[in-house]
Formats: sequence, C-alpha cells, structure tokens
Amino acid sequence: MDTFRFLARRLLQGLAALLLIAVMNFLLVRAAPGDPATLLAGESGAADEVFLQQLRERFDLDRPLPQQLATYLGQLAQGDLGVSYRQQQPVIDLILDRLPATLLLTGTAFLLSLAIGVALGVWASVRAGTWKDSAISLFATVFYAMPVYWLALLAVLVFAVWLPWLPAFGYETVGGGHTGLARMLDIGRHLVLPAVVLAMFFMAVYARMTRASMLEVAGMDFVKTARAKGLPAGRVLRAHVLRNALLPVVTLAGLQAGAMVGGAVIIETVFAWPGIGRLLFDALQQRDYSLLLGTFLVTAALAVLFNIITDVAYTLVDPRIQLR
Amino acid sequence: MTIDRRELLSAGAAGLGWLAAGFSASALAQASGHTLNIALFPEPNGVVAGLGSTGPAQTVIGNIYDGLLRFDEKLQPMPNLATEWTVSPDMKVYTFKLKKGVTFHDGKPFTADDVVFTADKLMRTLNPRVRVAMASVESVKALDPHTVEFRMAIPYAAFIQLFDSSTLPIAPKHLYGDDVTKPLSPNPVGTGPFKFKEWQRGSFIHLVRNEKYHESGLPKLENVYWHIIPDGASRAAAFESGKVDVLPGGMVEFFDVGRLDKLPNTDVTLKGHEKLCPMAWMWMNHRLPLFQDLKVRKAVMHALNRDAMAKVVWQGFAKPSTGAFSHQTQFYTPQVPQYPFDTARARKLLAESSYKGQAVRLLPLPFGESWMRLAELIRQNLTAAGFKVDLQSADLPGTIQRQSGWDFDLTLTYMFQLGDPALGVARNYVSSEIRKGSPFNNVGGYQNPKVDALFERGSREIDPKKRAEIYADIQRTLSEDVAAAWLLDLGFPTVYRSKVDNLINTSLGLIDSLGRASIKSV
Repeated sequence: MDTFRFLARRLLQGLAALLLIAVMNFLLVRAAPGDPATLLAGESGAADEVFLQQLRERFDLDRPLPQQLATYLGQLAQGDLGVSYRQQQPVIDLILDRLPATLLLTGTAFLLSLAIGVALGVWASVRAGTWKDSAISLFATVFYAMPVYWLALLAVLVFAVWLPWLPAFGYETVGGGHTGLARMLDIGRHLVLPAVVLAMFFMAVYARMTRASMLEVAGMDFVKTARAKGLPAGRVLRAHVLRNALLPVVTLAGLQAGAMVGGAVIIETVFAWPGIGRLLFDALQQRDYSLLLGTFLVTAALAVLFNIITDVAYTLVDPRIQLR
Repeated sequence: MTIDRRELLSAGAAGLGWLAAGFSASALAQASGHTLNIALFPEPNGVVAGLGSTGPAQTVIGNIYDGLLRFDEKLQPMPNLATEWTVSPDMKVYTFKLKKGVTFHDGKPFTADDVVFTADKLMRTLNPRVRVAMASVESVKALDPHTVEFRMAIPYAAFIQLFDSSTLPIAPKHLYGDDVTKPLSPNPVGTGPFKFKEWQRGSFIHLVRNEKYHESGLPKLENVYWHIIPDGASRAAAFESGKVDVLPGGMVEFFDVGRLDKLPNTDVTLKGHEKLCPMAWMWMNHRLPLFQDLKVRKAVMHALNRDAMAKVVWQGFAKPSTGAFSHQTQFYTPQVPQYPFDTARARKLLAESSYKGQAVRLLPLPFGESWMRLAELIRQNLTAAGFKVDLQSADLPGTIQRQSGWDFDLTLTYMFQLGDPALGVARNYVSSEIRKGSPFNNVGGYQNPKVDALFERGSREIDPKKRAEIYADIQRTLSEDVAAAWLLDLGFPTVYRSKVDNLINTSLGLIDSLGRASIKSV
C-alpha cells in the first residue's frame, strides 16, 4: 500500500512538474527569435505580406500571446498536442511514429553502457593498481573526454567507409524489402554504430564511478568483518561490496535515462536515425512551435517517469531504503 | 541467475551470426539495378504541388508532376505537356496545345481544365511568385480539351519562363475541392515520370516508375529513393560507402567536393543550375547614415577579395560576380563599373568618408561551414581596409528574423535569379519591394526612382533588343550606386557515380525530372 501511495503521489507531482514545464517551454520557445511563417514561406521567391498573413492566421500566430497560451493549455488538457505547422499532421502522430526508434536506440545504449561500464568498473577495482586497471582508466578517460559528434564521425569513417562492415546511416536498408526476423536483423545492424557511440560516454562514467565506489566500500569495516568471518571472496564482492557500491550507479542511471534524449539529438542527426531527437532538431530549425513543444513535453514526461523508476530501483538495490 | 563462460561464448557467436546474416541480406538488397539513391536535406514540408516551396520539395515534386514546358541550358523552352505554343506579336496572348492521351497517376485524363485550375486557382493562391506573375494575366481559358489560352492585361516578358515543372507543376483538378489550401492526402498525383510510393518521415521518400508515362521509353529507372540525411559529413560518408549515388548541389561542403571527385567512378558537374542562377551578395543597410555614404559602399567593394572567396572558400566552384546580374541571367552584361580588390584604395576611400571607426555588425548566413568561412574572410578583408567588424552569428530562424526586420549593418544572402531579371533580380532592388517581414525582397532598402522605372519598363518590353538595353542601363546604374556588395555567381556541384547517365538534362537540373536518367551497365 505504501508503494501504491508513493507512486500515486510521485505521479501527481510529475503531472504538476509537467504543467510547469509546458508553460515555461511555451514562453521560452516564443521568446526565441524567428518567425515560423517566414520560414514556412521558404525560398519561394516572394513571400509577400498576404501570404505571410495567411500563414499566421492559419496557425493562430496573429493572436495575442496569452490567448495562444490559453488555447495551448486547453488543448493539452484534452490530450491534444496540436498540429505541426510544417508537416501538417497531428504532433502526437509524428511523435508516436518516431518514439519507437528513439526508445530502441536509447534503450540499447543505456543497457550497453550500464552492463559494460559496471563490469569494467568492477573488473578494474578487483585489479586495482595493475596495468589492466590503468588500461581501463585510460579507456574511460578517453571516451569521457571525446565529443560525441566527433566520435560518431570517426565511427562512420572507420566502420562504414574504410571497413564497410556496418551501415553509415538510417534505421533499416531502404528498399531491402525485409520482413520478420530478416528485418529485425537488418535494424540490428543499423543500430550497432549509433547505439555504441551513444553508449560510450556513459560507459566511461559508469566504469570510473563503479571502480571508485567499489574501492571505497571494499575498505569499510563490514566488508573486513565479512572477510574475517571467512566468507568466500566472490560472495563478499557480490553480496557486500557490489550491492552497496551500486547505489551511486543507480542514481547516475536515472539521470542518464533522462539525458539520453539530448545525446540522441546529435546521434540521430549524424546517423540519420529517424527518432524523436531529430524531430526535435528539425522542429527547432523551423520554429515549428507545436511540434517543438510536443517533443519537449514528451521527453520531459519520459524524464519524470525515469525518475520514479530510479526511486523504486533504490529499494531493490538496498532494502533499507523505503519509499515514502 | 548465473551465466557461465560457455553460455556467454555461444551468445557471442549467435550475435556474430546475426550480424553476418544481416550483412548479406543487406548486400543483396543493395545490388538491385535501375534504382537511384539520392541524398536529400532538409526534409521537404510536402511533395504535393503548391505546398512544397523549398528546393528539396521541388526536387521531388519535379518527378511526380510535369510542367507544360522544359527549358534547355540556354533557357529555351522545349515541349513537355504542351506540344506546341504560340505567343502573339504584342505578347498578350499565349496559346498552348496540349499533348493528347496523357493520364494522371490515378488513371484520369489530363485536360486543359487541369492547366486552368493549376495556374489560375491552385498556384495563384499558394505560390507567391506565380501570384505576382499572374497579376498581369487577364484571363486563363480552356479553348477546347487540349488548348489553353492565357490572355495578358499587360505584357510580362518573362511569362513563358513560369511554365516549368517547379513553378507550375500541373495538378489534377478532379482531386481538389473548393479549398485549395487544405492539404490533400500525402499521396501526390501528377502526370510525371514517377509515382509516389512511400514517405517514411525522417528516413526516405520512394518514387516508382510510371508505366503509363506519356513519353514512350521513359522513365528508364524503376525506383528513386531520396534519403533524408541531416548531417553534411554523414552525407559525404553515405556517398563514399556506396549507399547513395547522387549528392545534389549544396549537399556536402565545398571542401569535400574535391575529395569526393577523386574517388573512382565518380563525376562532378556544375550543370543544371542555369535557370536558377544562384548568386551570393552582401546587403548593406541603406537605411543607416553610414551606408548612405557612397564612399563607404565603394570602400566595402574594393576591400573584398572575391577571387579568394571563389578559389579558397568555394574551392573553385564559383565565379566572382561582376555586378548585380549573374553571368547566367538573361541580358547580363559585364560592361559596368568594376571595383577590383584593392585594400589601399579601400582605405583611402574610407578615410575620405563619414566612417568614424564604429563597429559594423556583420550577420552571416548559417548554411554550413563554407558560409561561415566566407563571413570570416569578409571580416578579414574589411578589417584590413580599416573597418571594425563585429561578426554576429545566429541560427537560421534568428538570422531570417533579423534580415527581414532590417536589424543588421551588413548581411550575407544568396538568391536564385530565375533566369530572367524580371523574375529574380527586380525584387531585390525596386523600392516597391521594400517590405518589412520578408527576407526575399529588397532587404537592403536601396531606392532609386530611375531603377524602379527601368525595371518596370524591362518587364513590359517585348522586344528582346530593347530589353537588353534597358537591363544594361539597370546594371550600370546599380553598379555605380553600389546597391549591394556582389560576391559570387555560385556553382553548386552535383557529385554522382559515373554509372548514372543523363542525370541532368535541363537548366533546372535535379529540380526537374529524372525521367531521362538511367544506370549504365544494368
């Protein structure tokens, strides 16, 4: 029951946060310079006043800002995210269309970074002071410092151009006509480069944090006691050290889940991955207000959700922590 | 749960097999012939006639729809949906005879009513450029199912240039209701060589061969895929890795073109932009006292090293402009006052001018690396001549807002001159086109009643010789006044695989159809 009350309260808090985020996003997006009507008119040769006015009227841009905000919030209350100016389609459809690709990319990258990063960190900590430990630290430092855009281009150059092992862009082979398992395999091949590149930064962070946390916990009295009791080294490591050392890692994982979409904007742009990050980038470039606000809101909702999941995960890692 | 080493190894082996299987399946898919893969960016807002106004939209639209005419590289009209056409001696009546037996992709016949609807209603409502031209038109009538007559209230000498597939793509009247601004289904229907098949937003647009195309033997390709790839470096990598066959002009940075050109079985061409004649220049804000001083404007012109811009920034794929008209625009003349690169002369002019050492705000064009390098070179040139330059960057929406709101001292732009000065040049210099809110008109605020009158006469004059004289006078006057700082007649190199035949065969290049393109050795 406690868990139920906790979740209900956190969801309500999340909704309140989302309302605040929606209002702030609305105001910030309108404060940015750039008129969607002028951009929509494009390079057609003579975006005259009549044409621009027609566009502004069509998208309600000619009304005062408070009225536009009221309309927007009214729409939100009914679960309507509006219509994209540029693509002339409901924002929710566009987002739902792209969301699976982003979830696949970020989910894979999340699991990769967490699994390999933690494993590397544990491995380095039990070999602290050896050349293997130093090698992992060097690996972590390099990938921590390397800009993701540069790493992405490097990966394309090496694995798609020089060694043409993997596709350089896209979600699947266009015109390949794959179905069923063959299609899944094809998508998997396209996923390798973007997911690995997106994972590298957090993989490095996990490795460093897990190593430091493991070494810290390993020096604590209860671990010494466990060893003194004659427990096998492997069990001490798993049940005592690792379990306690994972708490900061869980915190970081929660933050990463929210931050992933930001990284996905760059990755999806470089690898032409048709996800929500690119949708957001395109909407920003075009000042497609409704689409921009929609993508912001959905990504914020995901971040709120991941936060709640992180809180629940704490209790799983450390039963002493209670949800309240 | 525990995983032992053996399980881990077998899982790894399965993963490798998984990758290998995917690789071979993909390799097979790539090997199919008669398919052309083209990079595209930004993603079009729509590919329905009239609703897609940007270059990328038009490159797709030009394959789905036909125009009445096509234009060769000398901008001379050729038949397309119109088999023949006549223009009355006073240039007030245009009569088009339409091809018989043509059908739209949905099987319905193409008739004169579709032309009347497209020109007089659809495009007049949706396309500002057509609306301006149609202001001179008194009536558009279907004389019979295969004859259309445009009757002009006043002659408009550039009128014939409107009938290409990018400006007037002929749309099917039977699919539209009363409200032409209401978007149709995303499935566009035209008479063009390719039919719309699929658009996966963010990924690709797929067109397939129109088996019932009205020109026998065409199109030769079975499929055309436009791959939407947002990053320039990734587009270059996509070409290098063989995933795309064509990089249309402007799709990769100019410094990448030379490198790609050296790849085996790769060609580069500058053809296919004759009708668009893209030209880059720098607006000087004539509303500011500083730029009302002719000596300051002349100092700017002498300060600019346009040869370096063409050779270094554009890697040789551009020519220094000689004046307000691109060398590919009709009635171009180089016989106008020139302002060669001469820093000493610029410094002298500046010293004699009203310039007091204040910072001049230069707003670049955020269209990629090359445009930023151009702005940096300009700042370097102007600084050497004694100007203090403040380079102020913004993203595209911000830049357009500042340009259209006249909030700049100097700003870069590039525009299409559209072959005829009445279509693509006049709007940049006549005072009636000084209208806040649009970045595609006389943004600099230049005003000269003589130039206004000459442009008006030029657009109405029907004798080509007299038009040439009028436009020569205009070019001289604009150069004497230094109405803007003209920089480069831009080249947009198209990079493509040598196996592609007949990729570009009109003055609109890839904006026109790929109906005649084919792949050799297939």
